[in-house]
Amino acid sequence: MFGDTSLTQFIFGRLTWEAIPYHEPILVVTFAVVAVVGLAILALITKYKLWGYLWHEWFTSVDHKKIGIMYIILAIIMLLRGFADALMMRLQQAIAFNGSEGYLNPHHYDQIFTAHGVIMIFFVAMPFVTGFMNYVVPLQIGARDVSFPFLNNFSFWMTVGGAVIIMMSLFVGEFARTGWLAYPPLSGADYSPGVGVDYYIWGLQVAGVGTTLSGINLIATIVKMRAPGMTFMKMPVFTWTSLCTNILIVATFPILTATLALLSLDRYVGMNFFTNDLGGNPMMYINLIWIWGHPEVYILILPAFGIFSEVVATFCGKRLFGYTSMVYATCVIMILSYIVWLHHFFTMGSGASVNAFFGITTMIISIPTGAKMFNWLFTMYRGRIRYELPMLWTIGFMVTFVIGGMTGVMLAIPPADFVLHNSLFLIAHFHNVIIGGVLFGLMAGLVYWWPKAFGYKLDPFWGKMSFWFWQIGFFFAFMPLYVLGLMGVTRRVSQFEDPSLQTWFIIAAFGAVLIAIGIASFIMQLIVSFLRREELRETSGDAWDGRTLEWSTSSPPPDYNFAFTPIVHDHDGWYDMKNRGYERPLEGFKPIHMPKNTGTGIILAGISVVLAFALIWYIWWLAAVSFIALLTVAIGHTFNYQRDFFIPAETVAATEDARSKLLAERT
Amino acid sequence: MNETQVQENEKPQFYLTEEQHPEHSTMLGFWLYLMSDCLIFAVLFATHGVVGRNYAAGPSPADLFDLSLVAFNTAMLLLSSITYGFAMLQMERNAKMETLFWLGVTGVFGATFLAVELYEFYHLIHEGAGPTRSAFLSSFFTLVGTHGLHVTFGTIWLITLMVQVSKHGLIPDNRRRLMCLSMFWHFLDVVWIGVFSFVYLLGVLG
Repeated sequence: MFGDTSLTQFIFGRLTWEAIPYHEPILVVTFAVVAVVGLAILALITKYKLWGYLWHEWFTSVDHKKIGIMYIILAIIMLLRGFADALMMRLQQAIAFNGSEGYLNPHHYDQIFTAHGVIMIFFVAMPFVTGFMNYVVPLQIGARDVSFPFLNNFSFWMTVGGAVIIMMSLFVGEFARTGWLAYPPLSGADYSPGVGVDYYIWGLQVAGVGTTLSGINLIATIVKMRAPGMTFMKMPVFTWTSLCTNILIVATFPILTATLALLSLDRYVGMNFFTNDLGGNPMMYINLIWIWGHPEVYILILPAFGIFSEVVATFCGKRLFGYTSMVYATCVIMILSYIVWLHHFFTMGSGASVNAFFGITTMIISIPTGAKMFNWLFTMYRGRIRYELPMLWTIGFMVTFVIGGMTGVMLAIPPADFVLHNSLFLIAHFHNVIIGGVLFGLMAGLVYWWPKAFGYKLDPFWGKMSFWFWQIGFFFAFMPLYVLGLMGVTRRVSQFEDPSLQTWFIIAAFGAVLIAIGIASFIMQLIVSFLRREELRETSGDAWDGRTLEWSTSSPPPDYNFAFTPIVHDHDGWYDMKNRGYERPLEGFKPIHMPKNTGTGIILAGISVVLAFALIWYIWWLAAVSFIALLTVAIGHTFNYQRDFFIPAETVAATEDARSKLLAERT
Repeated sequence: MNETQVQENEKPQFYLTEEQHPEHSTMLGFWLYLMSDCLIFAVLFATHGVVGRNYAAGPSPADLFDLSLVAFNTAMLLLSSITYGFAMLQMERNAKMETLFWLGVTGVFGATFLAVELYEFYHLIHEGAGPTRSAFLSSFFTLVGTHGLHVTFGTIWLITLMVQVSKHGLIPDNRRRLMCLSMFWHFLDVVWIGVFSFVYLLGVLG
C-alpha cells in the first residue's frame, strides 16, 4: 500500500494490518456485536440529543455523587467483559479432553485468562469500590464534596482511560499472554516481544494514576472534612474501612507504578532489571509486584467489610456490636496486609525462617478477620433481622467467606503451599474470598444505597433470583476446583490428558452458567426496577430506617448534600438525630460555595490514552506530540483561577421546600 | 424520649446555622502525594540495593564516578533549596519582585544541576557504561534519572509559577502553590542526599 516502508514505519510504528485479528472468527463476531451495540447507543444518544446533557451534567461533573455513579457504571460494563472471558475459559476446560484442542488455541486462551484477571481486579472490583467510596463517604461524614473535586473527575477519567486501552487490545493487536501479574522473564522483551505486555503496562499505568490520586483525595476528605463533632471514633464503619483502604492505595499503588516502569525500561530501553542475563533478577519483580499485590486484595475487601457492617446494623435494627474492635480490626488488617506478600511465592526458596515468618503473619490476619465475623454475628444475635436483599447478600457472604478464609489459612502453611502452589486449589481459594467477600459486598452495597442514589428501591424478586443463582453457581463453579487442585491440577492450562478430570470441569462449567443466569437476573433487576420506578419510589430519603448521615438527605441528595452542615454526637449520627427530636431546618438558608464543572479531566485522560497507544505501537512522533499536549493542557488548566461559584440561597430554599412538600405528602 | 431532653434542659444542636469554612486540605493532600512519590523512590532504592552490585563483569562505581563532580552537583541542589527558602521568606513579606528574583535564582541552580547530570550521563554512555550494560547501571540510571526527571518537572513548574506570580501577584492561590512547590523542591533535595550517600559514596567505597 505504501511504497516507502521507512516512512510507513515512521507514521504507524509497528502498527500494520496484520494487527487486526480478522482471521479469528470469535473476535470478528465480538467486534461486530460491540460495533452494532455501540453504534446503536451512540445513535440513540444523538437522536434524543443527550450529548449536551451527558457532557455538562456527567462527563465534566465534579460532583462526587455523579462520579461515584459513573465509576459503578464502568465497573458493571467491565464485569460483563470479564465474565465473558470466564465463561469462555470454563467452556474450553470442560471440552478440551481426549486429544481435543477445544475451541481456543493456547495463544488465545492465554490472553483470555490474563485479560480476565486484569479486568476483574483493576476495572471491575477497583472502580466498584472507588465508586462506593466516592458516593457514600462525603455523605456519611456530612461534607458537601471531596477535598479536591477536579482531581476526582480526573481520577475517574484516567480509570476509564486504562479500561479503554485494555479493551482496545481486543481488536487492535493482542493482549498479554503472561497471567495477570506479568511475571518476567516471560513478560520481558525476549519472550513477549509483541504488544500484549505493552497494552497491559500502559493500561495499568494510566488507570494507576487515577487510583493513586483518588486515594489521596479520599484520605484528605476523611481527615479534613468531617462534620463538627465527628471524631475519629464516631465515624461510620464504612468511612473507617474507606480510610484504611485509601491509605493502602496510597501506600502501595506507587510501588506498582514503579515496578511496571522498571519492566517497561527492560522492554523499551533494553535495561536489565528482570532479565536472565547481565545481572538482572526476575524474583525482584515478583517481590515488588506482590508488595503491591497483597495489600491490593485488602484494598478490595476492607470496603466490603464496611458495607456489611452498615447493612448488618441497619437490618438488625441494632447498634453494630463491638464498634471499637471493628475499627481496630480494620487497622490491624491494614498493617498486617503489608507484611505477608511473600506467601505468594513460598516456593521461591527463601529458606525456612523467611517462609515461617510470612506464614505466621498470614495466619495472624485471620484473627482480626474472625473478630469481625463474630461482631457481625453478635449484631444479628437478638436483633430484629429484616431479610431484605442487602441482608441476604451479607449472610451469603458470611457462609461463603469463612470457607475461603479457612482455605487461605491452609495455603499459608508453607509445606502445604509447596503442594498447592499454582494449583486450581489456589484459584478456588481466591475466587472464594473475592466473589464471596468483595463481590457479595458490592452487591449488598448496590441494593442498599441504590434508593439513596436514585430515589427508588430495586426490585426484590429479580434481586433474589440474582442472589440465589450467584450463591449456588459459586459453589458449583469453584468447589470442583478445590478438588482438582488437591489432585494436583495446575492453573492456566488449556488442554488436559487425563479424562477422569473432565467431570469436575463440567460441573465447574455448569456453575459458571448458573452465575451467568445470576448476572442476567441482576441486569433484569436493574431494568425491571427502572420500569417500575414509580411503584418502588422512596420519598422519605431514609429507605431502610438507616443509622448514618447519608440517610438524612433527600434521595437523590441535592448537589450540595446538606443545606446546613450537620453536627454529630454519636457514630450512628442519623439514628441519634431521629431519636432525640431532630427537626429539619426549614429557613435561614445561606448561599453555598461549590466547585465549577470542568472538562479538563476528560481531555487529559483522552490525551493519555493517545499517548499510551503511541507508546504501545512505537509511534514515537505521536507519543511526543501527545506528551507535549498533556503538559500544555495541564499547565493551561492552572491558569484558570475562577473555579468555584455560589448556589444562591433562593435555590437552596426552593430545593429544600420541594423536599418538605414531598415529605408532607407521605403523611 | 422527650423526658431525657427535659432533663438535659437543652436540645442538642444537630446542625450549624452559619456556613462552615473547613480549612484547606491542600497541604495534607500534597504531603500525601509526596509520600506516595517517596515510595517510588523507595522501590528504586530497594532495587538498587538488590541489583546494585551486579556489574556483570562490567564497570563498577569506583571505575565510573567522579566524586568531585557529584559534590559540585550536590552543592548546586542544596543551594537551590536555600534560595527557594529565601523566596518563601520574601513571599511572607509580600515582596513580589524579591520573591520572583529568588525563584529565578533557584531555577538557575536547578538548571545547572540538570546540565551537570546530563553531562555525566552523556559521559558514561560514551564510555560504554550505558544503562543496558548491567543491572547495576540500569538501576543507577533509573534512580538518578528519575530524580533528574523530578527536578525537570519541578523546574517547569517553577517557571509556570513565576509567570503566574508576575501576572496575578502573591494572591492566596499563588501562595498555596508556591508552598506546594517549596515542599516538592525540598523533598527532591532530601531524596538527593539519599542518592549521593547510598549510590555514589557507598558505591565508590565498594
